[in-house]
Amino acid sequence: MTEKELKEKSVTYRKKILKYIVGAKAGHTGGSLSCIDVLNVLYNEVMNVGPENFTSPDRDRYIQSKGHCVEALFVVLADKGFFPEDDLNTLCKYKSHYIGHPTKKVHGVEQNTGALGHGLPIAVGTAIAAKLDKKDFKVYTLMGDGELPEGSNWEAALTASHYKLDNLCAIVDKNTLQITGPTADVCNTDPLDEKFESFGWAVKHVDGNDVKALKEVFESMPFEPGKPNLVIAHTIKGKGVSFMENSVKWHHGVPDKEQYETAINELDNLVLN
Amino acid sequence: MGAVTETGAANGKPNQDVFAATLLELAKADRNIVAITSDSRGSGKLVTYGQELPAQIVEIGIAEQNLVGVAAGLASAGKKSFAVSPACFLTARALEQIKNDVAYSDNPVRLVGISAGVSYGALGTTHHSLHDFAVLRAINNISIIVPADNYETSEAVKFAVKYNKPVYLRFGKKPMPLLTEDPNNKFELGKGRVIREGADIAIIANGETVYPALKAAELLAENGIEATVVSMHTIKPLDNELVLALAEKTGAIVTVEEHSVNGGLGEACASLLIQHGYSKPFKIMGIPDEYTVTGSQVEILNHYGISAEGISAAVTGMLKTI
Repeated sequence: MTEKELKEKSVTYRKKILKYIVGAKAGHTGGSLSCIDVLNVLYNEVMNVGPENFTSPDRDRYIQSKGHCVEALFVVLADKGFFPEDDLNTLCKYKSHYIGHPTKKVHGVEQNTGALGHGLPIAVGTAIAAKLDKKDFKVYTLMGDGELPEGSNWEAALTASHYKLDNLCAIVDKNTLQITGPTADVCNTDPLDEKFESFGWAVKHVDGNDVKALKEVFESMPFEPGKPNLVIAHTIKGKGVSFMENSVKWHHGVPDKEQYETAINELDNLVLN
Repeated sequence: MGAVTETGAANGKPNQDVFAATLLELAKADRNIVAITSDSRGSGKLVTYGQELPAQIVEIGIAEQNLVGVAAGLASAGKKSFAVSPACFLTARALEQIKNDVAYSDNPVRLVGISAGVSYGALGTTHHSLHDFAVLRAINNISIIVPADNYETSEAVKFAVKYNKPVYLRFGKKPMPLLTEDPNNKFELGKGRVIREGADIAIIANGETVYPALKAAELLAENGIEATVVSMHTIKPLDNELVLALAEKTGAIVTVEEHSVNGGLGEACASLLIQHGYSKPFKIMGIPDEYTVTGSQVEILNHYGISAEGISAAVTGMLKTI
């Protein structure tokens, strides 16, 4: 895909995220909008995974540790053809498989997540399995910056470097806000790069809402042979909708009809411009 | 039904030793078997395993949450992963990983709780697992197996290798004699093993409490009380059919377990029985809701009546009330 096509894809995804959150009357709006460019690039440009090879032991794996931003994952999986997009009209509805966190009942989801601090340990185990079996697949996990105080992340970070998992890529969606307020005020995890580097990881910073930059950073893996890869994706919570950007209230805010129409107009204008 | 032989007692090994030996033999023939340890290969008797199959053991260090998460990731990629850690830490510290990463995500991890119950004796409450049946019973999609002797242990391990679903295996470290040498008395998931038959009372036990229950039955027989003794090695799924049959055939039921009286084997049986109208005498023997007395495993169990003499006395007392 060209850079322009990727950018347009991100806009389309953002519009769909909002559409289905409005339909469900629930969702994690700000975080889904901040991380969608990462998912766009991974699923459309980087990872070898799709409906056609999802049962293959050689497929790349994506585990969404920040499971609450499931709307971003669902719209990408639908776009990849894992299931009909219309299914998302049942999001969070009675008896729907499309719930507010990733579940394997939805085709394309690798792991049931939602409780925070779980993605990285599972990704580490999967990456160890690849090493044991001398397979080339890579394992990606997307974490929120707000979930980093979970101790299990740091346990797994140690294991990842101990086993030299350069086939593992953890991405931190560093949108700097969590439900209570600025992440730096809740529990400051900066300097994040130095922390992970001291744990034996190779770290790169990237503009996490720049599809071209994201593609380049993922294509440069492994950053250092023998070291697990950390991408600190600097993103904007609520990215793409002016009144949602950098606003805590949109962590799980649901737009009303007027706000939704304004948001869609803003996103359409992004494409036109 | 023959008496329990002292020869058997002398030859018995700790169940966790048998677990490790069985796993080693199976792993030699199946490179997908992987043991995951949390600095626990010594207490898990996996030192030899680690020496002989270094490519099939993943050491995590002392980090149980990560142990279970990593085991889930390995399992999701096709590894027959055995996560081995003291039962006290495995089922408390890593409970959320068991609930979500193993059971809910249906990653077929074989969780192995070693030195279970009060095996660690005087090391105290931090090292006792008297909660594991209770918490795991409340989690969907995980079987709970508590082998009583070396036969049940090796069969449970063989079963777990083949069984591509989440399972919890719980072992102690006390040498355990064979309960029976009857080759037709097989281990099967969810099916209790009747070790001895008697019409007066049924003693339903599991793990390391089955042997004292069997010895208690011998003491009772000396006084004319005939007891059925069952090794209910699988708590979940419970052998409902057998428990209800025992309710019908015997005059009373007592359950025995190396676990809190809250939420374990006894309450599982009680729940089933009361919902089927059971009204005969029923007693749960286990560790009461208190921090245990200080002592070795045997001293602690004796203190709470989980011994041949204690169980025998409890049964005699129960039957007097009828």
